[in-house]
Amino acid sequence: MTKLTIPKVVFSWDKGVVLFLVLSIFIGSYASEYFATASNLSFVIASIAEIAIIAIAMAYLIISGEIDLSVASIMALTSASIGYAFQEGVPFEIAVVLGLLVGLLAGLFNGVLVTIFGLPSLAVTIATLALFRGLCWVILENKPVNQLPREWIDLGNKNIPGTFFPWATILVVLFAGIAWFVLHHTKLGRWVFAIGTNPVASRFSGIPVNRVKLGLFVFTGFMSAVAGVIYTLRFASASPDGGAGYELSVIAAVLFGGVAIAGGVGTMWGVLAAVLSLGVIKSGLQLAGFSANALLVVSGGLLLISVILPRVTEFVRIQRSKASTIKRTQQKEKERVQK
Amino acid sequence: MKKRNSILAAAVTGAFLAFGLVGCATTDEAEAPATSAAGTTETAEVLKIAIVPKAINIGYFTGWNEGAQEACAELGATCDYIGPNEITGAAQTEFINQVIQQGYDILVISAADQNAIVPALEKARDAGIIIVTSDADVAAEAASSRVVSILPSEQDDIGTAQVDWMAEAIGSAGSVAIITPANAANQTAWIEAMGPYLDAQYPNMEWAGGSLESATFYANDPTESAEAFSSILAQYPDVAGIISPTTVGVLAAAVEKKAKAAAVKVTGLGLPSEMAPYIEDGTVEKVGLWNPLDLGYVAVYAAVAAKNGTFAGATGETFQAGDKTYTVVDGGIAYLGEPFTFTKDNIAEFKLIY
Repeated sequence: MTKLTIPKVVFSWDKGVVLFLVLSIFIGSYASEYFATASNLSFVIASIAEIAIIAIAMAYLIISGEIDLSVASIMALTSASIGYAFQEGVPFEIAVVLGLLVGLLAGLFNGVLVTIFGLPSLAVTIATLALFRGLCWVILENKPVNQLPREWIDLGNKNIPGTFFPWATILVVLFAGIAWFVLHHTKLGRWVFAIGTNPVASRFSGIPVNRVKLGLFVFTGFMSAVAGVIYTLRFASASPDGGAGYELSVIAAVLFGGVAIAGGVGTMWGVLAAVLSLGVIKSGLQLAGFSANALLVVSGGLLLISVILPRVTEFVRIQRSKASTIKRTQQKEKERVQK
Repeated sequence: MKKRNSILAAAVTGAFLAFGLVGCATTDEAEAPATSAAGTTETAEVLKIAIVPKAINIGYFTGWNEGAQEACAELGATCDYIGPNEITGAAQTEFINQVIQQGYDILVISAADQNAIVPALEKARDAGIIIVTSDADVAAEAASSRVVSILPSEQDDIGTAQVDWMAEAIGSAGSVAIITPANAANQTAWIEAMGPYLDAQYPNMEWAGGSLESATFYANDPTESAEAFSSILAQYPDVAGIISPTTVGVLAAAVEKKAKAAAVKVTGLGLPSEMAPYIEDGTVEKVGLWNPLDLGYVAVYAAVAAKNGTFAGATGETFQAGDKTYTVVDGGIAYLGEPFTFTKDNIAEFKLIY
């Protein structure tokens, strides 16, 4: 009995988000004739690529009961490192590798502070949010780097030939596929859920909780760095203030996708559908003539709904099961009396 | 658990398929409304112009847009004011995409980020949209992404104009001091232009203490500026005027002059909204700054001329905006000329704008 009811709640929210995505695509196409054009869809995908990549890692982290607020700063730090290295004469390919390494180290730094020193991830990553961003300004000294190699900029701004999918789509699909498989079909994935549900019980049942968490922080740092590379290419520059505020978009999308902020619950599909639908909604409304201020209100409202609605459905479900339990006992009582 | 995942997988695949289908359906579906829209525009021959600020809801850009709308009304074009509510290249890029999707003829934009919007601008340019930057330009390396840039004044003119205002205030005679922030690139360049200009143009004026260096006092905030004001009066009791090429400095000087009932004249660069009380009560006769209305107005004229094929933005080329002619200089830039000045006569209007 419990086996059936518990996944049912999770399931319905995910399905809701996916349905919401389908719905918003159709609403978008009806709201504006400009929405469903190949070039606009290409733009929508490009505009959410970085958020999708980071959200994949953030989903793991939040499911495990931790959070990383420094992702946008890591993304910018990667971008700044690439820009700096390139400016100093390092070949661009190697600068990219260096940038990814910087992101990895930034994630490791967060992870060590959280797992080895036992500090709360919220506090640690609020601090590193400022720290990494500060480093961006130090490295680039207020001067953005442009004049990046043309073929790399094209990679960040052109589509896969013959389609309306930007090149970054390949990375998103690849990482999403791997992350989905690991989260839902491997022992490591089950560990992540177990840690988020009850870290103490997980430790006692032999799960290397700290090692898994450390790994997740490094993974998040790496994915933020990948997003940083995409961002650098898409905007053809490395600037110290790049991607400011992206961490909020990422966390919003992850929560909207049905990941519980308290940990232990979530799916990769839900998160990806949420990222995509937020991009679709934004573009649809914008092309339908909503102003930037109205968009802010709408996206805020949507997130609020995503927080409230699961609670409401849960409440209704509990009330219903209570009612049915009462009904059943009444019926049993009746049967007994009849007998 | 497994079944649940496969259902979800199917649903998401469905969503992507829907995405793809909608994308494919585009060609036939978008055709119908597009032609009807194009039909109406063709009969009226109305140019569709997008006015994109760094961010909407900033008074300065509201003024900028007002200027642009005025030009649009004169030229019979439709101008839409659209833009982000945060000043980032990423946010502005979404609106450049909107301009591309909705088939605007012209984009007049104040670059929120001199590099980040360049790929988007290049896409817009390749889609046949005429682009003019106004108020803030893209990086010099990316000048080819727009036709021309409309900017306030050449650095030197900003400096020399302030010397002229001071000469007017003190009757072209007496010693002059400067209050300016330390290590500010723009201000430093303007002051460097002031030095020789005053010596050459106004024989009866001189820098306080004999040289530009001795006349320059550095102050980075209102308190330091007020202290600099006192130091100048103490050090050079016969000083006739103080120039401050920044709102912080010129405002502090006005406040101090009023408090001390000092005779020294004050001028410089200041936001009309902040300087208004001191201009209205006569403490300060004149301050200047660029006029965002002119920037918007001239940009629309340049863009429409480019759209009509009478202007290509080449160095040395000219175009007409209202009753004035503007010339493109090196770097594909047209300057408005001298900074716009605010006096008792017009401050009431401009203090509401920026």
